[in-house]
Amino acid sequence: MKVDILIIGAGPAGMAAALAAAPSGARIAVLDDNPAAGGQIWRDGPQAHLPPLARDYRQRLEAQANIEHLPATRVVALAGPKALLVEDPEQGRVIEYDRLILCTGARELLLPFPGWTLPGVTGAGGLQALIKGGMPVAGERIVIAGSGPLLLASAATARDNGATVLNIAEQAPWSKVAGFAAQLPRWPHKLLQSFGLFHPGYRANSHVFEALGEGRLEAVRLNIGGQLREVACERLACGFGLIPNLQLGQALGCHIDNGAIAVDAWQATSLADHYAAGESTGFGGSEKALVEGAIAGHAAVGERNAAQRLWPQRQRWHGFATALNAAFALRDEVKHLARPDTLICRCEDVPLAAVADHQGWSQAKMASRCGMGACQGRICGGAAQALFGWQPPVPRPPFSPARIDTLLQLGADAHSQA
Amino acid sequence: MPELTLDGRPLLVAPGTTVAAALLLGGDGTSRTSVSGQRRAPVCGMGICQECRVTIDGQRRLACQTLCRDGMRVESRP
Repeated sequence: MKVDILIIGAGPAGMAAALAAAPSGARIAVLDDNPAAGGQIWRDGPQAHLPPLARDYRQRLEAQANIEHLPATRVVALAGPKALLVEDPEQGRVIEYDRLILCTGARELLLPFPGWTLPGVTGAGGLQALIKGGMPVAGERIVIAGSGPLLLASAATARDNGATVLNIAEQAPWSKVAGFAAQLPRWPHKLLQSFGLFHPGYRANSHVFEALGEGRLEAVRLNIGGQLREVACERLACGFGLIPNLQLGQALGCHIDNGAIAVDAWQATSLADHYAAGESTGFGGSEKALVEGAIAGHAAVGERNAAQRLWPQRQRWHGFATALNAAFALRDEVKHLARPDTLICRCEDVPLAAVADHQGWSQAKMASRCGMGACQGRICGGAAQALFGWQPPVPRPPFSPARIDTLLQLGADAHSQA
Repeated sequence: MPELTLDGRPLLVAPGTTVAAALLLGGDGTSRTSVSGQRRAPVCGMGICQECRVTIDGQRRLACQTLCRDGMRVESRP
């Protein structure tokens, strides 16, 4: 398969990029790991309620004859210059492209704490995604913890689906949360959203201390403003904000700056004909992703005037992103929740004691198998970066577990590139 | 409504339901046994953490990224 423009990720950034580039007549493919377009924020399912804007983008994406949406498809490896090896449930194949737009989004930062591997403990965004996909939570008692506005959104989804949300523990101090809230009138749409999310159990300066239970979660011990409190519950959703998905950008050789794919005013990366937009260029929400995606799409087809007209709008949402990231910066306390026997690597069951004394990620990995499991260090590598400041190395293929049949698609030439 | 088999038992779910949701609708919600013998359940819900990997029709797949289909056979225990 060969396309003019290949877009990795069908979330807000990827959809906006495809729709901006489509009127040029370019042949466009948008591939995405999820079963439907929309990314995580607009994830569909039997218990999801998509906003009208999400429906509009999805309908327009489907209506464009020159946009092909490839759902349930993952990038497995590089397959030579401007070619990627991808896999879906049926087949593996190589897609060649002329221009690439990386809209790989972000994942939740999950930090280890005692008991975090118990069934019943999920990410905060994780809980929301699982509920949207039909997971029943009616009648459950749920504690939500971590950091950022996603905690409130997750609580709202849980409550709408019949759960009782007992506590929301935000690690940021009240001063920072209040300062952020006070700035919201600069983005009226965000202010309106926040009104629907108020929760009486919300506490700042608070964090999870440990999860308790035999074989599954039975209770959570929380640190609420310095006081330890035990709360019986069926579920704990804990996420410490979002971190950009950099693996593919790193593997391609795009310059990474400050934990995000570096881009110029046209959303172009350091690599010619390779663009990036949305959370992979820095966490900032769906509005930032939509405008960056549109700029990347216009720029990729040479429509510089159309791209430039969107710069002021991008500027506005970059302001929101800056305020957001400053308010919910991680406090040191939440980086020291794990004990020596707490597992850091969930894939290989490696405890903190086996990794903490090493100099860096590669050494810890060689000595302990930390990061060598199925998730390829996406969870423990993100945690190790937050806990120890270890930089993740350039990922090696396969970027995610793949079938042998798929890997055989790599010819001898392509193999030397990968 | 798709009808699947979860660990040998039939289960009817709403259209669009993920296999991750089916694990709790038809069982205890767990998906796999870790290398040190702990049961685990879906965590990230978005195809990153790999905790929800199960066997679907003989292939290792992520439960959270797979929609239930009629006749699907899902196994969560070795």
